[in-house]
Amino acid sequence: MNAALLFATTGSVLETLPVTLRDLVTGWLPEPLRWLVNSLVGVGTLLAVIGLLFAYLTLAERKILGRIQNRPGPNRTPIPFINLRFFGLAQPFADGVKAITKEDVVPDGADKVLHFLAPVALLAFSIMTLGVIPYGRHLVLLEFDAAVLYFFAAGAATELAVFMAGWASRNKYSLLAAMRALAQLISYELPLLLSVVPAVMLAGSLALPAIVEAQGGWSYGFLPQWHVFTPWGFAGFIIFFISALAESNRSPFDLPEAESELIAGHLTEYSGFKYALFFMAEYFGMCALSGMGVTLFLGGWQAPLPFLEFIPSYVWFGVKLLSLLLVFIWIRATFPRLRMDQLTRFAWKFLVPLALINLGTAAFWSLTAGWSGPLQFVRWAVALALVLVPFTLLGRRLSAGVAPRTYRYAT
Amino acid sequence: MLGSGLLQGLAVTAKNFVGSFHDPARYTTVEYPEVKPALPEAYRNFPFLVSENATDPMGTLRCVACQICEKECPPQCIYIEKSKDKKPDAAGKPQIYPAIFAIDTSVCMSCQICVEVCPFDAIKMDQVFEIATTTRFEALLLNREQLAKPNSYYHGIHPTEAAEVDARLAADRKAAEEKAQAAAAAKAAAAAAAAAKAASPAPKAPDESRRSPQGEGGPPTPKPQSERGAVS
Repeated sequence: MNAALLFATTGSVLETLPVTLRDLVTGWLPEPLRWLVNSLVGVGTLLAVIGLLFAYLTLAERKILGRIQNRPGPNRTPIPFINLRFFGLAQPFADGVKAITKEDVVPDGADKVLHFLAPVALLAFSIMTLGVIPYGRHLVLLEFDAAVLYFFAAGAATELAVFMAGWASRNKYSLLAAMRALAQLISYELPLLLSVVPAVMLAGSLALPAIVEAQGGWSYGFLPQWHVFTPWGFAGFIIFFISALAESNRSPFDLPEAESELIAGHLTEYSGFKYALFFMAEYFGMCALSGMGVTLFLGGWQAPLPFLEFIPSYVWFGVKLLSLLLVFIWIRATFPRLRMDQLTRFAWKFLVPLALINLGTAAFWSLTAGWSGPLQFVRWAVALALVLVPFTLLGRRLSAGVAPRTYRYAT
Repeated sequence: MLGSGLLQGLAVTAKNFVGSFHDPARYTTVEYPEVKPALPEAYRNFPFLVSENATDPMGTLRCVACQICEKECPPQCIYIEKSKDKKPDAAGKPQIYPAIFAIDTSVCMSCQICVEVCPFDAIKMDQVFEIATTTRFEALLLNREQLAKPNSYYHGIHPTEAAEVDARLAADRKAAEEKAQAAAAAKAAAAAAAAAKAASPAPKAPDESRRSPQGEGGPPTPKPQSERGAVS
């Protein structure tokens, strides 16, 4: 699609600005080369934006954690040569230089090739997942029908890289940690996928732009019809978010690394830039899963209110993505780490049954789409009951005999 | 209900995050090199020598080189050499003074025992903590000139304690003066009586008051000013 046609369909200069800019650059090229350079420009832009987002996400995370713990966080790194501090905005680059210049130790008995490939593969699969997310109305890098399937297939492949890292280190602690990480990742893969199915079911498509379009429009002229504002969508979003926390190894599910307890788990034998690559992959995975959550449940690039539609779609996507990432950080600052048995129990006895029941709720919701008038209330009541009753019952069973904890010797 | 505790926890951290921007009680970190922390009055490390007068610190040191602190110091970081001559102190009385008074701060453990044993309130605890040096030996061995700090500085760092010390010293000085006057009066009276051949001995009170605290055997507390008479 060229820019002129897009402008005709949407009627906003800002909305088409990224595409217009790209066409300005690639318009000089001969026609047969254009698609290739177009794709390369798109990939380059995505990598640059996500790379910068990663850099400043680490800084934002440290600063927000600091604020929550009554301290300012990193704020002293000056900009080189001019010695201006500027709230420590140069900190990510100082960290990068440090990671690159550190010694890269490979254990003597390690499988050198796999030891090298593991971080690379992890990062590659993380970046692959970023390609299919619709960042704006016209900003879809990889547009194809089975995008949801592709996303989760590439996301699941990162588990392979985790095990690769543990096995190639030739360290039994690394290997055990990698197995533990796999147990966690596979446990949470199921609720993650099951929570996504209803969104696919309602849109009737595995293509992400179609799922976003399905959440467009306004009820009563001003209320957004995002999935998260329906009973099944809310439940699905919560399940998706919890599973995403576990899938991206984030607190409170960060026990594969457990930086304060284990020696970084499957990353024990990694140092220098390879170690930094693992963290880059973690943040990329976090961004990808947040982007997916925004796309599936929070209306993707849609504006929250009709009169705000003049703001370009990619801005709305960015705002939603950043808010979800902030919640990731907020949760990290709040909750203590789970134990291994609590982790798997929570997945298999709570999240998976809830996600399965949520499928039924979503089916009911889609079958009763035609109900109107007083039947609307019946629809909402039944759907809410289908969400809340299993939640309460399963929650009671989950915490039976466990909570509230009593302390025998402490008062 | 399951999850309510999680929401409460999130509220706590959110409150702390927002509060860190406007509530000093929730943002207690002091950015050190630019902002110096307000030290509590009781904070102490490394002793210094008190001098009465800031313009002439060497001439008005309270220290009379009695060497009690040197002997009591557990890590033995104090080195004192007595002077051969006497110089008038702040009260104008001739006293021995420390020709050399050195404290090795690489050895000192800031135990405050030297302060507790000093009968003259001449050595007190300082509040310096920026003590990094560029040389390992010379800069860490503080001499008399580096250790001497005026009484006004002492008032600045430990106001309550310094006021107590000053009040005690003033009272002791006053008592000593009165005793001296009484002794002079008694002496004059005795002289007059001797002249009149009516033998009545001068009172022995000053000597007894000097001896009695030493006989108790406890840790020597700062002694009254009249003690000076015993040393000099």
